[in-house]
Amino acid sequence: MEAYISLFIKAVFVENLALAFFLGMCTFLAVSKKISTAMGLGIAVMIVQVITVPVNNIIYHTLLKENALAWIGITGVDLSFLALLSCIGMIAALVQILEMILDKFFPALYHALGVFLPLITVNCAILGGSLFMIERDYDLAQSVVYGVGSGFGWALAITVIAGVREKLKYSDIPKGLEGLGITFITAGLMSLGFMAFSGIQL
Amino acid sequence: MSDTKKVLTSPLVENNPITLQVLGICSALAVTSQMSTSLIMAVALTSVTACSSAAISSIRNHIPSSIRIIVQMTIIASLVIVVDQILKAFAYDVSKQLSVFVGLIITNCIVMGRAEAYAMKNPPMASFWDGIGNGLGYSLILVIVAFFRELFGSGKLLGIDVFTLTKDGGWYDPNGLMLLPPSAFFIIGCIIWVIRQWKPEQNETPDFKIMDIAHGEGGHH
Repeated sequence: MEAYISLFIKAVFVENLALAFFLGMCTFLAVSKKISTAMGLGIAVMIVQVITVPVNNIIYHTLLKENALAWIGITGVDLSFLALLSCIGMIAALVQILEMILDKFFPALYHALGVFLPLITVNCAILGGSLFMIERDYDLAQSVVYGVGSGFGWALAITVIAGVREKLKYSDIPKGLEGLGITFITAGLMSLGFMAFSGIQL
Repeated sequence: MSDTKKVLTSPLVENNPITLQVLGICSALAVTSQMSTSLIMAVALTSVTACSSAAISSIRNHIPSSIRIIVQMTIIASLVIVVDQILKAFAYDVSKQLSVFVGLIITNCIVMGRAEAYAMKNPPMASFWDGIGNGLGYSLILVIVAFFRELFGSGKLLGIDVFTLTKDGGWYDPNGLMLLPPSAFFIIGCIIWVIRQWKPEQNETPDFKIMDIAHGEGGHH
């Protein structure tokens, strides 16, 4: 149990996908002008992340890994080079399915998240989460925890930076630094803040 | 010929994918703590962008528009797998250092962005050059960031000592912050500042203007 809590805290703060690995930066910078939209996108990322990381984990361990096909009697086959293709295909398909399910059963949520869902397919944070899961060789339970943690961490980061940017637009910033430049520097400062969590052992 | 030159050079400063279009920052910054990894990353991304643009452009009239994203994604993912396998075969150490970031070229917005915005409308050759140009614009920023981070963070360039460190009896005390992720944000922020001072037409219009108290109405609060 403790190992899972530690993994969760690590995924949220120390190895925050947005601020420590720069993943999902394009959307992170483009959609963080208002807190409400930022939060909507954050929640959408979290939902997709929670589903895709475990699903990719199952696919990787039952189909692609070296000797993973032993259960149907094929040994010595290593398909792990196909992981990239299968991960991105899986993500695109899941996002599409999620969009349809939400449209059918939760129309309110669909309208709130609608515009962000297609953006998520090309969000590096999602693919990054799955690839880190493969690289670090998580098992199924760990991958669920990692999916929740990394998604929550990303959502937290984008909501916080949106809050800062809402205040920031009233301030007097040097001409060339306005907009994108100051956003980068703010993100840098936030990232420094998150570094303070590194080294925490639970 | 002049068209090709323009397609190649305009993404370098005037229309840089990173500093103006805010594309492709995602996977890039984490690899810039050393010059060697960022050079490899730059070459990998440039070749993927160029080849995928050319490939997508050559079949652009046969792709139904409703499934074009999936088709583009498959082409890009296959090219990235090729690059990944080549790196694993010939530069294993570097590919270990780059870890998941080679794979993340798939979702790099520059590759997708150029495929959507340029390759779907232009012939293969032009798309190829456009891919090279945008790849170079990305590489330029990547190499500048890596230059500062490696030089001030560990006193080296491409692994060769430039500043002798105090622990080796020299004079330079390395700045550890430069090796941490936040420094990349600061450096890019400053690069954007420099570019916009130089090319003021890239400035963004602010949402709010600070009122000039001396001339504005109701200067008293």
